[in-house]
Amino acid sequence: MKKSQSLYIRLTILVLAAAGAFVSSKAGFQIGTRAVSHFSSFFLEMIAFLPVLFILIGLLDVWVPREKVERHVGKESGIKGSVWVILLAMLQAGPLYGAFPVSHMLWKKGCSTRNIFIYLGAFSTLKIPMLTFETGFLGWRFTLVRTALTLPVFILIAFAMEHLTAKKGFSVNDPR
Amino acid sequence: MIVLWISTAAAVLLSFLFDRRKTWKGVHTGLRMFLRILPDFLIVLAAAALFLSLVPDRTLSHWIGRDSGLRGFAAAALAGSIALVPGFIAFPLAAVLLKSGASLGSVAVFITTLMMVGIFTLPIEKRYFGWRTSILRNALSFLGALMVGFCMGLIL
Repeated sequence: MKKSQSLYIRLTILVLAAAGAFVSSKAGFQIGTRAVSHFSSFFLEMIAFLPVLFILIGLLDVWVPREKVERHVGKESGIKGSVWVILLAMLQAGPLYGAFPVSHMLWKKGCSTRNIFIYLGAFSTLKIPMLTFETGFLGWRFTLVRTALTLPVFILIAFAMEHLTAKKGFSVNDPR
Repeated sequence: MIVLWISTAAAVLLSFLFDRRKTWKGVHTGLRMFLRILPDFLIVLAAAALFLSLVPDRTLSHWIGRDSGLRGFAAAALAGSIALVPGFIAFPLAAVLLKSGASLGSVAVFITTLMMVGIFTLPIEKRYFGWRTSILRNALSFLGALMVGFCMGLIL
């Protein structure tokens, strides 16, 4: 589906939903009234800081030295290598399946099995744009505690994966 | 919220002092991203608002409320593992659920499983890593995510 097409579909859904809510609240249906009051309270609360969050993410995007990190990734092994793949993952954005092609690249560069899974763990839990969002919506405490707990957990998982895949010979394929 | 506004203003100012063009580009990219997700964002808020007005408060708190205990964790872990929603949708949703009386533990389990486990993306993962490795990674991540969420429920 074309991008513009799907945008129109979404806008149509929105307009229909708004019309439905308006009519049902005017007609005095309880569900309509409740939905409208829910929606406006969520919306007003979030719209007050959402643009600000995006400005922060945009600034991060232009200032972060992504190429510098990419040059180091894969070359170093052991703990140093782990730190570089975590940094790389933190600077990226997008869904997890976007990280699989990168793992293939890492594997080809000679990255260790453990560091590939550390990369996947960091990508799924520590991306900076995502942390910005998490902090904005769920607060500092939530984000800090969640980060502090997931970091050791995904490192443990990476060790376990290295151990579990060692016998069969580990490889990352390129499906294309 | 005020902290966020002040720190963003400070960041923009600082960035502006160093490099005017870069700052403009960053703010521009950020605002464009904002406009791009706005329709999705509104749809999710509308869907959540409708859902919460259809589902009685009692039902919601029975499943993921403060006294839902293990049932809440299980429901949240299941939802988080199968859901395919990006972070900019999941976090507002989580905030709405918290506000509507969901327990912090179940919201944390939802967020962590959502981040680390992807059942619907398994076929994609398998093409890179093979079935065995992909299933192992998801299974271990599921356990890990549960543990993290459980600890968060205890700590916060």
